[in-house]
Amino acid sequence: MGKVMVLVEHRKGEIREITYEMLKKAQELDKEVEAVLIGEDLSELKQKVRPYCSKLITVKIEGLNEFNSEPYQQILSQLLTQRKPKILLIGHSSQGMDLAPSLGVALGCGVITDVVDFGFQNGEVWAIRQVYGGKLSAKVKASSETVILTVRSGSFDPQGLLVLEGEEEEVSFPLAPFPYKRFLGFLEAPKAEVDITQADIIVSVGRGIGGPENIPLAEELAKALGGVLACSRPVVDKGWLPKERQVGTSGKTVKPKIYIALGISGAFQHVAGMKGAQMIIAVNKDPKAPIFNVAHYGIVGDVLQVIPNLLNKLKGRKK
Amino acid sequence: MNVIVCLKRVPDVAEIDLQVDASGKSIKTEGLPYVLNDWDNYALEEAIRIKEKTGGKVYALTVGEEADEEVLRRALALGAEEALRVWDPSLREIDPYVIALLLSKTIKDNAIPFDLILTGVQAQDDGYAQVGPILAELLSIPHVTLVNRLELQEKRVKVKRELEGGLEEELEVELPALFTIQSGINEPRYVSILGIKRVAKKEIKVLDLSALKLDPGEVLPKIKVEKLFPPPVGKGAEILKGSLDEISEKLLEIFEKGGVI
Repeated sequence: MGKVMVLVEHRKGEIREITYEMLKKAQELDKEVEAVLIGEDLSELKQKVRPYCSKLITVKIEGLNEFNSEPYQQILSQLLTQRKPKILLIGHSSQGMDLAPSLGVALGCGVITDVVDFGFQNGEVWAIRQVYGGKLSAKVKASSETVILTVRSGSFDPQGLLVLEGEEEEVSFPLAPFPYKRFLGFLEAPKAEVDITQADIIVSVGRGIGGPENIPLAEELAKALGGVLACSRPVVDKGWLPKERQVGTSGKTVKPKIYIALGISGAFQHVAGMKGAQMIIAVNKDPKAPIFNVAHYGIVGDVLQVIPNLLNKLKGRKK
Repeated sequence: MNVIVCLKRVPDVAEIDLQVDASGKSIKTEGLPYVLNDWDNYALEEAIRIKEKTGGKVYALTVGEEADEEVLRRALALGAEEALRVWDPSLREIDPYVIALLLSKTIKDNAIPFDLILTGVQAQDDGYAQVGPILAELLSIPHVTLVNRLELQEKRVKVKRELEGGLEEELEVELPALFTIQSGINEPRYVSILGIKRVAKKEIKVLDLSALKLDPGEVLPKIKVEKLFPPPVGKGAEILKGSLDEISEKLLEIFEKGGVI
């Protein structure tokens, strides 16, 4: 029996990328990798995962095409009590965040969330995670028989996954009704007026822009450079720009030629949406802001001074 | 409807050069500014709105020391009826499970009547995103995380959850239930210093382990921080230095090389 078990994450009939990232890391830790796939129509999903694990445990549930933490918890509680893997890996996604902490209580085991690396040491599980908005890392340990880890997306490169061609084991567990939480449906984001994912040049503003009154200044810079204006989450939360302009895990993923981050601290959720840019220029007052770790060029300063000066220079140059 | 809202006071570390303390497991806190956790601020606003709409009471809870009462005062100033703080000097190692356990005991022992419990999605310091769902499990009630809209109905709530990439899902949940509130769900109102002064004398109930009939041996963390350290920085940015004019000139050069202008 393997030490590491991976919960397969899927939505709308597609395997989520985090599944392969977790399988890759699991393969590095132990050749025996078990994966668990829960859902109703599993025939196609199975084919996409089974090659990469030594055993694929499938649990078919009538009427459970999409994730719901209540039946998932019931099934995994029983499965883990029976199989006792050392580690259960779940994605630190909207699914994992809804499932892992309460599953941990049901099993009486330790749960370490949002981890970027992990391993075993003297029978304990250790994990690395970021704290204080990415300003520090923490090494966290848990010693329960099984430890649940939720894994941050993008932490492991799924390239080079080994083909193990494991066998399938279909299991079933008694399942109490789950009437408390009823899934009604998905709501797609409305079609955007401006599609920031198609832009070559993006000027993006964060909390550091100060207030809605300064948004036009950033917009002017975006126009002067022939680009579009985007933003980080706090700007949308405060209602300064619409959701369609948000870059990050809960917004859009962009890969422009140039990404100019103005007053954006560089929380992981934002960086995940823009790290594919060819060139990143960051302006921030805080020299320790994590955005400077991913940027190619950095300016430590106030965006409200840097932008007007740059705009003036741009105008002067055109004359 | 009665709403319990769980709040946490956290250091605001933006623009601060954080230092690890001698234990290696926590940060030096002297001189740090503290704020109500951003997500909890949205949860508090949502709790107050539910009360204003439906009647009932808001109960604000926190686990922490006396200084943490600041966040409860804020809740009282906004109209929360009661505030409770849980702390015990014997508490050393605290993890999300311990916090949720203390909150669950507080709610049960004081027989706080509730229809909804609201927490923030996560805390901006440790970011575990665990206390809410653990608390729900300990109280045997359903939970929904990442909620960005709550629509109250008779005995249930219709909620929207934020998924990835702009996608959302809609769920119907039986009450009582716990919801972890996502930032941006509402526009938290401003609390004036005067408003906080007005509730300065309002009683905050303080509970320790014996008041909760808990033995220190029952309040053990499931996970432990072993050490804090600076994250690997990779190559890092080339920092452009000089006067504003010089910096702008350098940027123009970069734009030119990149074919932007």
